[in-house]
Amino acid sequence: MNERAVVAQGAIPADSEIDGAPAIAVRGYWQSVLRRLRYDWVTIIFGLVVLAIVLAAIAAPLIAPFDPYQQSIVGRLKPFGWRGHPWGTDELGRDMMSRLIYGGRISLVMGLAPVLIATLVGGMLGVIGGFAGRVANTAIMRTMDVFYAFPSILLAVAISGAMGGGMINGIISLSLVFTPAMCRVAETATAQVKNLDYIEAARASGAGTLTIIRHHVLGNVLGPVFIYASSLVSVSILLASGLSFLGLGVQPPEPDWGLMLSTLRQSLYVNPLGCALPGIAIFITSICFNLVSDGVRGAMDVRG
Amino acid sequence: MDGHTEAAAPLLDVRDLTVKFVSREATVTAVNGATFSLRAGEVLCLLGESGSGKSVTLRALMRLLPKQAQVAGRVELGGQDVLALQGKALGAFRGGEVAMVFQEPMTALDPVYTIGQHLVEMIRRHKGGTKVEARARAIELLDLVKIPSAARRFDAYPHELSGGLRQRAMIAIALSCGPRLLLADEPTTALDATVQIQVLILLRRLQQELGMGTIFVTHDLGVAAEIADRVAVMYAGRVIEEGPVADVLRAPAHPYTAGLLASTVHDQAPDQDIAAIPGSPPDLRRLPGGCSFAPRCGLATEACRQAFPDPVYPAPGRMARCLRVAGVLPGLLREPV
Repeated sequence: MNERAVVAQGAIPADSEIDGAPAIAVRGYWQSVLRRLRYDWVTIIFGLVVLAIVLAAIAAPLIAPFDPYQQSIVGRLKPFGWRGHPWGTDELGRDMMSRLIYGGRISLVMGLAPVLIATLVGGMLGVIGGFAGRVANTAIMRTMDVFYAFPSILLAVAISGAMGGGMINGIISLSLVFTPAMCRVAETATAQVKNLDYIEAARASGAGTLTIIRHHVLGNVLGPVFIYASSLVSVSILLASGLSFLGLGVQPPEPDWGLMLSTLRQSLYVNPLGCALPGIAIFITSICFNLVSDGVRGAMDVRG
Repeated sequence: MDGHTEAAAPLLDVRDLTVKFVSREATVTAVNGATFSLRAGEVLCLLGESGSGKSVTLRALMRLLPKQAQVAGRVELGGQDVLALQGKALGAFRGGEVAMVFQEPMTALDPVYTIGQHLVEMIRRHKGGTKVEARARAIELLDLVKIPSAARRFDAYPHELSGGLRQRAMIAIALSCGPRLLLADEPTTALDATVQIQVLILLRRLQQELGMGTIFVTHDLGVAAEIADRVAVMYAGRVIEEGPVADVLRAPAHPYTAGLLASTVHDQAPDQDIAAIPGSPPDLRRLPGGCSFAPRCGLATEACRQAFPDPVYPAPGRMARCLRVAGVLPGLLREPV
C-alpha cells in the first residue's frame, strides 16, 4: 500500500516529455472514491449526521448542559424545556439531553469496537481459511459454522448472560457474534481472488506466498470486508442497545441508550415523548451508518 | 529452414514430461511424456486443441501447477534442473529467468494496482534498486512495448486501458527482468483481430531484439505461421509432430496435423463443407493403449492400436510419432481423412 502513495505523488515529474497525446486523467484510488462521493448528496448528508454524532460524543463534557448523573427528586419526568432542561428529565430527574449525548459515547464504542475486533480476527481467519489448503479451511470454517447455528441475538444474550453484564463483556460477546460472519465474507472473497489469473501471474513473476497474500489477496479482499464491516456497525449498535435493554450490557447508572429505553419504559404514560428519545437516537444513528456504508460501497467499486 | 544443427546446446530441454492429476475418482494424465527442446532465440509454437495439454505443459515448465499434480520427467533450462528448484531459487527463477504472458489480460493484472506498481514491484523484487530507478526502468519498458504516453499510463489502473494496451503492459511486465525464456499462453486469443496482429508483430520483434527463447501456445494455425520458427503439435498430452513451421504446415507428417490443417478455413469454395476430424479427443482418464489418435484416424491399422509409435524422423529437423508417415507425407491434404 505504501508504494501506491509514493507512486501517486510521482517521484519523477510524470508528463515532462509527453507530446500531444490525449491526456489521461490519473488519480489515486481514494481520490477517485472521494470524487464519486461528492455527487452523492444522500451519503454526504447522512455522513454529516454521523460526523455530528461522533463529534458530540467526543465533546460530550463541553456541550452537555448538565451533569448526566445529577439526580433531582423534584424534577422527575419533566417535559421539554422545564427549567432549562431542553429535552426534559428522566425518572430520576437527570437531564435527558446530557444523558443522550454521553450515551452516544457508549453506543459508538459498542458499535465500533466489536466490529473492529471481528474484522481483524474474522478477516485474518477468513483469509487464512481461503488461501490455505483444504484441512485448514475445513477446520476454520466448520468451527465458524457452529457459531452460525445460533441466531445472533440469542448468541449475544447467551454469552453476555454467562459472563455477566458490563461493557467489556458486551464487546466480547458481540465480537464473537460477528466474527463468523466476517470470516465467511473474507473467506469467500479470498477464495474468489485466489483462483484469478493475477495471483498465478504474481507467482509466475516470482512472488512468494506471503507477498501474494499481502499485496494481491489483501488488496482485493479489503474492499468487500470493509463494506461488510461498515454495514455491521449499525447492527452492532442495535444489538448492544438490546443487551443493555435486557440488563446484560452496560450497567446503571451509565447513560446507555438501550438502558435508558429500558428504565424509561415504565414512565411511558407520564412522559411519552421523553421516553421515546433514546429509541430515536438509536434509530437515527444506525440508519445513518447504514446509508453512509451504502454510499461508500457504491463509490468504492473501482469499475463503477 | 534447415539451418538448425544439433550441435548447439538447447536453452530448454524437456524430456518425457508427464503431469498427472490424481483424485479419488480418477487419474487424469494431462501431459503424457512430452519431449521437445528450444534453442536460445527461437520461437516454438505448441499447437493443439483444447485439452491437448499445451497449457499444462507451460505451467509445468514454470512450476505453477497445484500440489496435487504429479510431475515427472526432466526439464532443464540452460543446464539447470527446473523441477528440483526450491524456495528462493524458485522465486528468482520465476520472473527472473522465465516469464509468462497470460491469455486474459483483464484478469491477469491485479485491479487494485496501477500498471506502474505492477512493474515496480517486479523490477524491485528481482533487480533491487530504488523506487526512482525502478520507475525510470518501468517507463522505458512501457515505451519498449509501444504504449503511447508511457509516463502517464504508468499511473493507470488496468481497467482504464484497452485490451491491447493491457496485453502490452503484461508483456512489459514479463520482459522487465530480462528473462531468457518467455512463455506465452495464447496471448492473443482474447484480443480482436487487428490488435492480435499488432501484438504478434510486437512479440516477434521483441523476441528477436532481446534474443529470448519463446514458447508460444496457441490453437490458431494462422498465429503459429505468423510467429513460430518451429511448431510442436500436441495431442492427448504428447508431442506428436515437430518441425520447422513452414514444412509442417505445408506437408504435415502426422494424420492429426493434416486433419487440423484441413479443418481450418482457407480458400474453400463458399458452399463446400469444411473437413472436420471425426470423433472427439480421447478421455484423458482412459487413454487408448496404442496411438491415442488411432480411433479417429482414417489411416490407422492394427499395428497402430498395439503401442504408441516411437518417433520417426522423416526429414532433417522433423519428427513425427506415427507409423504411417511414409504413406502420409505425399499429398495427404487431398485424401479424405
